[in-house]
Amino acid sequence: MTHLQYKSQAVAKPYFIAAIALFVGQVLFGLILGLQYVIGDFLFPAIPFNVARMVHTNLLIVWLLFGFMGAAYYLVPEETETELHSPLLAHVLFWVFLIAGALTVVGYLAVPYATLAEMTGNDLLETMGREFLEQPLPTKLGIVVVALAFLYNIGMTILKGRKTAISMILLMGLVGLAVLFLFAFYNPSNLVKDKYFWWWVVHLWVEGVWELIMAAILGFVLLRITGVDREVIEKWLYVIITLALVTGIIGTGHHYYWIGAPGYWQWWGGIFSALEPLPFFAMTVFCFNMVNRRRRQHPNKAATLWALGTGVMAFLGAGVWGFLHTLAPINYYTHGTQITAAHGHLAFYGAYVMVVLTIISYAMPMLRGREVNPERAQVLEMWSFWLMTVSMVFIALFLTAAGILQAWLQRIIPNPQAFMSVQDQLVLFYWMRWIAGVVFFIGLAVYLYSFFAKDKPETVQTGEVQPAAT
Amino acid sequence: MSATFTKAMARNIFYGGTVFFILLFLALTFHTTRQIPQRVPNETPSPEVARGKVLWETRNCIGCHTLLGEGAYFAPELGNVYKRRGGEFIKIWIKAQPTKVPGRRQMPQFHFTDEQLDDLVAFLKWTSEINTENWPPNIQG
Repeated sequence: MTHLQYKSQAVAKPYFIAAIALFVGQVLFGLILGLQYVIGDFLFPAIPFNVARMVHTNLLIVWLLFGFMGAAYYLVPEETETELHSPLLAHVLFWVFLIAGALTVVGYLAVPYATLAEMTGNDLLETMGREFLEQPLPTKLGIVVVALAFLYNIGMTILKGRKTAISMILLMGLVGLAVLFLFAFYNPSNLVKDKYFWWWVVHLWVEGVWELIMAAILGFVLLRITGVDREVIEKWLYVIITLALVTGIIGTGHHYYWIGAPGYWQWWGGIFSALEPLPFFAMTVFCFNMVNRRRRQHPNKAATLWALGTGVMAFLGAGVWGFLHTLAPINYYTHGTQITAAHGHLAFYGAYVMVVLTIISYAMPMLRGREVNPERAQVLEMWSFWLMTVSMVFIALFLTAAGILQAWLQRIIPNPQAFMSVQDQLVLFYWMRWIAGVVFFIGLAVYLYSFFAKDKPETVQTGEVQPAAT
Repeated sequence: MSATFTKAMARNIFYGGTVFFILLFLALTFHTTRQIPQRVPNETPSPEVARGKVLWETRNCIGCHTLLGEGAYFAPELGNVYKRRGGEFIKIWIKAQPTKVPGRRQMPQFHFTDEQLDDLVAFLKWTSEINTENWPPNIQG
């Protein structure tokens, strides 16, 4: 029997499965990187640090995109009350995106990066070798094609159906994501201009349009789980995304302090980015408010936990940890240290990883033909929630400690020390970070296992007497 | 939230606010791009610098190093490495990689020609002369 309101929602399933599979790959490479921080020549020259890092960050981006697309395919039919424009196109795009992504990662691992650049025509249009935008030209073009076709599919669906605020906010976020990615093709030889517009992809994604996508997904799940009035939820969403863009657009300036842009960005960037925690705080309040005012007790407790967790952790990771080092006089000392790494990890996990896991937690049982997962599977999933979330908090804490020490020894004390001699003194923190990473991986394993966990036969029904073993 | 504050009002504030701040951002960007020429050594970098930047990119240097504080945090900041070490040291260092010291972080060997090394140093020199508002705080980066 099906629990899907619309047949075409089923196309979301492979997207979610691919997202989780790539998530596993991302974390495995994270563990390699963590070890390389303490055993410098680990896996060298087979997998140098830069290659592992590229795989780690690119897999993150790709699996979150898979998650966003799956979320869109799942929630847009329900929101618009109509079948998806073309489920076939969604299937085709899935394979195109997956194969392009896989080939890119194989390319990173199989040949030196310079060879990859030569093979893939980087000299036609030099776009490679910038952080997070390392993809070869064909991959970048592929991303554009997939994004356009995906937007066409979602746009046509929304056009013919009911237009809710949730689906419109999602669509605005997705359009923004696609449009801003075009700046990945702009790479002037003037480094300052290069960096300035590079942030239009990176910052305006994660502290701009992605927040719209996140708000829409969170709004949809809370609407379904709590049964709170749509008007209330959508009003909240508009407030959240207003705060996000009003603070986040000019907030881009917190990246312009030291890269050659005029000094006034220290004021513009500082003031507006200091307000960037507000949308995340609003999200926290929103999540708890809606759950407190719920009109029904939804049986998917795991999804509720993920939704609340997203609200809290996004505020902590993106809001608080961002605020820690966003003001120019502080950032002067912390810029490009392990503080940045701490913030990056906690923010990406708390906001985007968790919101994708929220929609997967809510939607996946129904995509698999049941209303909710069995009790034991939910308990395991909630264990994985706590294991991953707590260990990520510790990863961030250890990196923050390392970062404070690094800034102190390398930038503040009277006789500042060289980079590598400072790194040698941070080894203890890097080891602790790695152990926290291993715990994260255990949490991820529990998460994977929860998909296959069934209730034990003897605990299925109300406490019947166990047959005597003879 | 109070009932007098309706969804339509929230939506209008969203559109109005967003458009306003996009326009403000574009205006600041316009002004910034006008200012950049005065903040870099020469507005259109020489062919050597441009080639050096491509070498920097196609060897994925940013995957380990930071450049003006952006990148990975595994290896030293290189925005000011020209001032810290000088051009000759940079070339010798790159040629000597990897050090193969057990347990130490390793940098790959890139088999650069002498001309490529000159280009790379030209790029790093150009970068070290950008007006970065006195960042980094000291020569260690």
